[in-house]
Amino acid sequence: MDEFEHVLTMEAPELMQGLRCLGDVKAPAGLLPAVLMRVGLGDAYWRLETVIGPVFIAYNAHGISALMRAGDPVRFEQAFRQRFNRPVYPALQPPTDLVRAVRQYLSGKRTRLHFDLRGLSAFERAVLLKALEIPRGQVRPYAWIAREIGHPKAGRAVGTALRHNPIPLLIPCHRVVRSDGHIGNYSLGGSLVKRALLQAEGVDPEALEALARAGIRYYGSETTHIFCFPTCAHARRINDRHRVPFRTEEEAIQAGYRPCTLCRPL
Amino acid sequence: MHVDDLAAQLATDVDGHFERLVLAYQDRLYAFALRLSANPQDAEEIAQDAFVHAYHALKRYEAERIRTMALKPWLYQIALNVFRNRARARRPALVSLDSLGDGTGMEPEDDEGDRPEPITERAERERELVAQVAALPERYRLALLLRYIGGLDYAEIAAVLGQPVGTVKSNVHRGVQRLRLAMVEQRIVAG
Repeated sequence: MDEFEHVLTMEAPELMQGLRCLGDVKAPAGLLPAVLMRVGLGDAYWRLETVIGPVFIAYNAHGISALMRAGDPVRFEQAFRQRFNRPVYPALQPPTDLVRAVRQYLSGKRTRLHFDLRGLSAFERAVLLKALEIPRGQVRPYAWIAREIGHPKAGRAVGTALRHNPIPLLIPCHRVVRSDGHIGNYSLGGSLVKRALLQAEGVDPEALEALARAGIRYYGSETTHIFCFPTCAHARRINDRHRVPFRTEEEAIQAGYRPCTLCRPL
Repeated sequence: MHVDDLAAQLATDVDGHFERLVLAYQDRLYAFALRLSANPQDAEEIAQDAFVHAYHALKRYEAERIRTMALKPWLYQIALNVFRNRARARRPALVSLDSLGDGTGMEPEDDEGDRPEPITERAERERELVAQVAALPERYRLALLLRYIGGLDYAEIAAVLGQPVGTVKSNVHRGVQRLRLAMVEQRIVAG
């Protein structure tokens, strides 16, 4: 305080105090979340009922950032901050476009969603983006993803990347199965949830497991001499009379079959 | 953690510490924007935009530049720019003070019947002061807001406004004197 202000404080204490009081204002509670949202440092979330029960979906300026099953909002917020090292706030009003897009996507309509995968390594991103290519109602083995992204020997690392998928359900890691054909485990609630999910999408988990137990990994068509993964759209069209099972890709090649260009078993 | 460490922290990791910057300054910056715009909705948007601008600037700056930054005046400067750009884009609805400052004493609030509920004396005084501050010419108003709401010193205000320190000082002083006069007039008129 300078001399002038000092004198004034003596002469007109009310005015000086009044002036300072004008700054005694609390910022609205929504300011911090809004700022963090806009710069992509904070996320908002909403709760959505799905076939596997209620989930929390978080999003920010870059896209959808997380999907978790969690009992209550507090536990979700804690889990989110722990994992991503930034806060997440309940959306006052989740963007209607985004909510609609997610609903459509989950009901099987072709909808483009944006995902925030910034916190992941290039390898993890490649794995998840590849998983996104697996159509609804189909499955692919871990080894397929590894080969498709140019790391044919990294099947195990693919499994790890999928286990850490920050946005399960929307990035369909449940459509990736063990390379022996068994359905395998699932981060969002175990193998039973995974089976239920696949069934809801039109895959027959029993049939899949039966094939795996029989050691059958491919189906070929006698008429086209093309072989596919059993859930490939092309494989499903093969007539019972013309369907030929194969245990390995070598077996199929030796029988004079070529790999399908749609599901790319080789 | 002390606010002074914030610049150094931001220099090493903007994303990791930006939330703390907002937490440290949001009340003051919002108060500043509120007294500038005289509208809570505008104030929230101005404060929001200011922090977003600040974030993008910090992401562009070299670490060394951030380390040596005076964050407080810098943030007020950004908020002020946001306010001015908005004002340019669309004339904002500032509180009109023609009815308050004309010395006729015919302010609408003299009509007791218009008041929705009794206002405490303190709140009434504050409302009066808000109106008087808003009625000041901009050079006085800005100097006063930065000084008493922002808590900036004269040198910092000079930097924010791009004026010599002497000008800032005299504007603060004249602003306060004008307010005093206006308050006294008000009181005389109000009996």
